[in-house]
Amino acid sequence: MKSNRSKNKSVSYERWGYLFILPFFVTFLIFSLIPLVDTIRYSFYEFYTSGLIEVGPNFVGLDNYKALLESDLLKYAGNTFIMWIAGFIPQIVIAMILAAWFTDHRIRIHGLQFFKVVIYLPNLIMASAFAMLFFTLFSDAGPVNQILMSMGVISHPIRFMISTVGARSLIALMNFLMWFGNTAIMLMAAIMGINPALFEAAELDGCNHAKIFRYVTLPLIRPILGYTLITSIIGGLQMFDVPQILTNGAGAPDRTTMTLIMFLNKHLASKNYGMAGALSVYLFVISAILCFIVFKMMQDEDAAAAKKAEKKAKKQRKERA
Amino acid sequence: MKRKVVSVLLVAAMTMGVLAGCGSSSSKSGSSAKATVNNEKEGKVINIYVWNEEFQSRLNDYYSEVEKVSDDKSITYLKDGTEIHWTVNPNQNGVYQDKLDQALKKQDSASTDDKVDMYLVEADYALKYTDANANVSVPLKDLGITDDDLSDQYQYTKDVVTDANGEIRGTSWQATPGLFAYRRSIAKKVFGTDDPDKVQEKLADWNKFDEAAKEMKDNGYFMLSSVADTFRVFSNNVSGKWVEGTTVKVDKNLMNWVEQSKKYTDEGLNHNVSGQWTDEWNKDQAADSKVFGFFYSTWGINFTLQQNAGKEGSGDWAVCDGPQPFYWGGSWLVAANGTDNPKHVKDIMLQLTANKDNLVKITKDTQDYTNTQTGMTELASDPKYGSDFLGGQNHIKLFAEVAPTIDMSNISPYDQGCGEVFQNSFGDYFNGKIDEAKAKENFESAIKERYPELTDVEWP
Repeated sequence: MKSNRSKNKSVSYERWGYLFILPFFVTFLIFSLIPLVDTIRYSFYEFYTSGLIEVGPNFVGLDNYKALLESDLLKYAGNTFIMWIAGFIPQIVIAMILAAWFTDHRIRIHGLQFFKVVIYLPNLIMASAFAMLFFTLFSDAGPVNQILMSMGVISHPIRFMISTVGARSLIALMNFLMWFGNTAIMLMAAIMGINPALFEAAELDGCNHAKIFRYVTLPLIRPILGYTLITSIIGGLQMFDVPQILTNGAGAPDRTTMTLIMFLNKHLASKNYGMAGALSVYLFVISAILCFIVFKMMQDEDAAAAKKAEKKAKKQRKERA
Repeated sequence: MKRKVVSVLLVAAMTMGVLAGCGSSSSKSGSSAKATVNNEKEGKVINIYVWNEEFQSRLNDYYSEVEKVSDDKSITYLKDGTEIHWTVNPNQNGVYQDKLDQALKKQDSASTDDKVDMYLVEADYALKYTDANANVSVPLKDLGITDDDLSDQYQYTKDVVTDANGEIRGTSWQATPGLFAYRRSIAKKVFGTDDPDKVQEKLADWNKFDEAAKEMKDNGYFMLSSVADTFRVFSNNVSGKWVEGTTVKVDKNLMNWVEQSKKYTDEGLNHNVSGQWTDEWNKDQAADSKVFGFFYSTWGINFTLQQNAGKEGSGDWAVCDGPQPFYWGGSWLVAANGTDNPKHVKDIMLQLTANKDNLVKITKDTQDYTNTQTGMTELASDPKYGSDFLGGQNHIKLFAEVAPTIDMSNISPYDQGCGEVFQNSFGDYFNGKIDEAKAKENFESAIKERYPELTDVEWP
């Protein structure tokens, strides 16, 4: 027994490592990979429910993809992009300004922690609850209209939800409010990671605030900016709960606030799995392309230059040989 | 050694936890060809699916076997120890049907306490569930309810839920003829009278109705609240079904509704709130609003209008026939195929929909219009009967005249979706955001999304 024990003293933990990560892979396989493959498979089938009766799955080739291209898919992609960009531009600008202020050791804001919490708060509210709140606030007989009317600014209530500009701005505003705090805090972390010596050196060289920001801060936080852009694009593509709740699923007015995922949801609501699958594949391709472009754009130029130089050198060496 | 055992256990526990969630009972969805009634032993739990609390309160108040109701109203306890579990899902956007469909699909594999025993359906989609091929409902005959039991009900309430084989698969406690409910105070100011007969003369057809609307506007009032208020009146008076084969056929009368609604919105004859059941719409029914009237059917007056009008509005309302007869809504009780409580279901159905004394009592207490022809006729001719809310008017008398004229032969399983999508699509047109052609286009794409099997849309 004694000798046995000493043999076992050095248990190899490598195998245990695999066992411990097994649950993730099993979960991923069951809940992500299999449905993913199924989605792609069903996109080539006619498969929906009519009343209580299931139709299909019947193989129809690329029919679903064609039907989608003939529908207003591009219009919904446009809607999504407009509402995303209208929320993203103020979001990134305000976040950068806040991050620069909050990290500047010469301004020294009191109660910094408090403000950090406050700007992050909107992100903690569930998006659908936030949308419901805005729906009530900006409804025809809602408090915003009532305040404006009692102040004498307007004589008739403004009907925000029936105008394209009104509805889209509300959605962009909500997206901005929910995400600028998150972005600001991420940028702050990035700025605080910069070596303070660089700022001091720049100051000694006579840079003002704007110049420091432009030539020191901005280039150094570029990887984080890239990350923000990518996550925001993916988040924007998936925009759903805010416009869905605000317009009660209708994408009103005239379907100008209908996003891609709302369109997808319309197909899922009618249990049209074939069409929904095809739409999902389109979305997958679009997000992959977008991510690739942004990734290329944001790739460190120095690294790219270094690579080029190396290639050149290699070539020269070869030629010499 | 011990450490090893513990870690193996931990891993096992973790894996189990992860996998436990997906232990789905995969069963075949195609249920047996014939509706099955299990007569052996009654289950302990009766599951009832509903979309609002109307039937729930009817059962709690008028079913003789009720012992008590749980505080959150989600469970009703019966005297014999059986529990009724209520599942409430909203009707809008087809949510109720979705949840019900999912539950009915799992009916075969669900444990006895989880099986749906009874559900309610509305006229808009009753056909979907009473279809003999869908096979999700039990013919009343199989429960032991005879034609004699239902002989006092209005014929149309039985026709709606009769399947292709002539078997009745549902039963209702109410008939839902519609009337125009108006404010007495405004009628007096504008028409000089609030007498229902005289007001009816002013609203006898759509031309007169339009003139009356202009009169209202000239006096600073609105005839109607939203364009949706008149939709039922038009959509009930169509000449054919919404869908034939895979083609949506838009009726001429629906385009009349579009024309009228556009006119009312442009000229400011209605208050142009965004739709029924919205906050603004409810406020329009309150005592201090400037909206003259609402098209409502029986349940709307006691269940919705009375609540919205509040105490101050009580007595200020009256009803008249309005320009065209119509009906709105109606709830049918349906026994779910596979129920394990057939005796309870039968008893609830008989007591709440086929017991004249019980039904007349419901009408007297709640002013609902119940499904007993003889009972309603008696009340209609009773000079002592009147509603305080309607200033003493006997509304049952008016309802009793309309009820026999209800014709539901043009309903189809697509009515709810088509009605919703049609109103949504044309809403932007009424508000001047798009032209009529664009609204039609939007309707076409939206209806095909909602019902993938539909291929064409025909305009009149």
